[in-house]
Amino acid sequence: MREIEVSRLTRAVKDAVIAANYEAGPDLLAALERGLREEESPAGQEIFRQLLENARIALEQRIPMCQDCGLAVVFVELGQEVHLVGGDLAAAIQEGVRQGYGEGYLRKSLCHPLTRANTGDNTPAVIYTEVVPGDKLKLTVVPKGGGSENMSRVYMLRPAEGWAGIKEKVVATVKEAGPNPCPPIIVGVGIGGTFERAALLAKKALLREVGAASEDPEAAKLERELLTAVNDLGIGPGGLGGRITALAVHLLMQPCHIASLPVAVNIQCHASRHKEVEL
Amino acid sequence: MSHESRVPGQIIISPDSRLGTRDSELRPDMSKTVKLVPPLTDADVEQLEMGDRVLVSGVVYTARDAAHKRLVDLLAAGKPLPVDLKGQILYYVGPSPARPGRVIGAAGPTTSYRMDSYTPTLLQLGLKAMIGKGRRSPEVIAAMVAHKAVYLGATGGAGALISQCIKEAEVVAFPELGPEAIHRLVVEDLPTMVINDCRGRDLYEMGVKKYARG
Repeated sequence: MREIEVSRLTRAVKDAVIAANYEAGPDLLAALERGLREEESPAGQEIFRQLLENARIALEQRIPMCQDCGLAVVFVELGQEVHLVGGDLAAAIQEGVRQGYGEGYLRKSLCHPLTRANTGDNTPAVIYTEVVPGDKLKLTVVPKGGGSENMSRVYMLRPAEGWAGIKEKVVATVKEAGPNPCPPIIVGVGIGGTFERAALLAKKALLREVGAASEDPEAAKLERELLTAVNDLGIGPGGLGGRITALAVHLLMQPCHIASLPVAVNIQCHASRHKEVEL
Repeated sequence: MSHESRVPGQIIISPDSRLGTRDSELRPDMSKTVKLVPPLTDADVEQLEMGDRVLVSGVVYTARDAAHKRLVDLLAAGKPLPVDLKGQILYYVGPSPARPGRVIGAAGPTTSYRMDSYTPTLLQLGLKAMIGKGRRSPEVIAAMVAHKAVYLGATGGAGALISQCIKEAEVVAFPELGPEAIHRLVVEDLPTMVINDCRGRDLYEMGVKKYARG
């Protein structure tokens, strides 16, 4: 067994939420540069220029890229040979979120669902823990914005609707979202599993580097088909009309029940923030 | 130039400026860039047209859904509002905290439809412009026509960039709402575009039509 002190997790999560909010990843910057080259609409080009300038200012001035610093979603891959000591896993992660949002001057955006009273420290984070082979602990920290999350959907299709039905739902979701989720967006699509698994697959699909194709050639082909269909909507950057509505479509798929065809569409705004840390 | 020295209303900087920010083919003969300083009159609003680039300077008030609910609840109870909205501009934003020595943190627009159910009531009081991102409801668009008001879009997710235009910030109402409190901001050339003008036109609809395929 390899021992890991949980205080290391707290520090890692704290650093990751701050870095994710200040520093646009190289994958995102490359996608925005490509978008600027490919966009035909002058208004759309101007949005791309503003977003690149925004990323530069955020990095230089240590200010969040977006005032919506997100709900922290934390994916944990815990090696089964790891023995955690000095406290419990979830509490250590929540403490990291608390410290990161406080010390990093990040906006605290969590509240009671009914009274709407702010929790004050951006906790609780949403944590997914998976036990995997090995003696490593991997954290992926994703501050997820509310505006794009609001435009996300889960559909329980009839199996007869098949790929045509899935494509129609993905396109309809992006169309309905229109200018609201801060396009250019990244579209996470989860197909299969159960009601909740489809949604989790859609979210996990967003963890991939922006625009990196699926390793599964079948899924990669479907991603290209969906990206073309979504960009044919003409919504464009900022929703002002243009060619680049989505920077990428990422798809994850797994088997489902013979009676079901669950499909989830998780919309990610252009502030695609994710940081990975391995302990 | 400080905001005190500004003349309220609007100054047209360039009657035919493209600045790469609007699609000139939408209305090639009428595109313009406008400097806008509240308080605004009906006549100011009437000159703003869908697709115009608008640089806002002077005082704007922030409000998100929680603050809107408070305002509308106060009105329903027959109580006065903490700010007089007549001729003013509301900016839909919940800024991130300022670092010590800074005016404000990131401060880009939030999605406007969440304010839609409250907006017609505020337009009735003389609110003249709103800054946000995303579509407005048909009811809000109709109320903008009826009361002569305009909806300006700022770039969603450009919170760090927009923060550079904010010169002063103070909480003026509902401090207990934290980032959702009403702030009085003094801004300098905050870049926006006219999404809905007071004639009921919609830039989102027009722009997408031009680029949609199939």
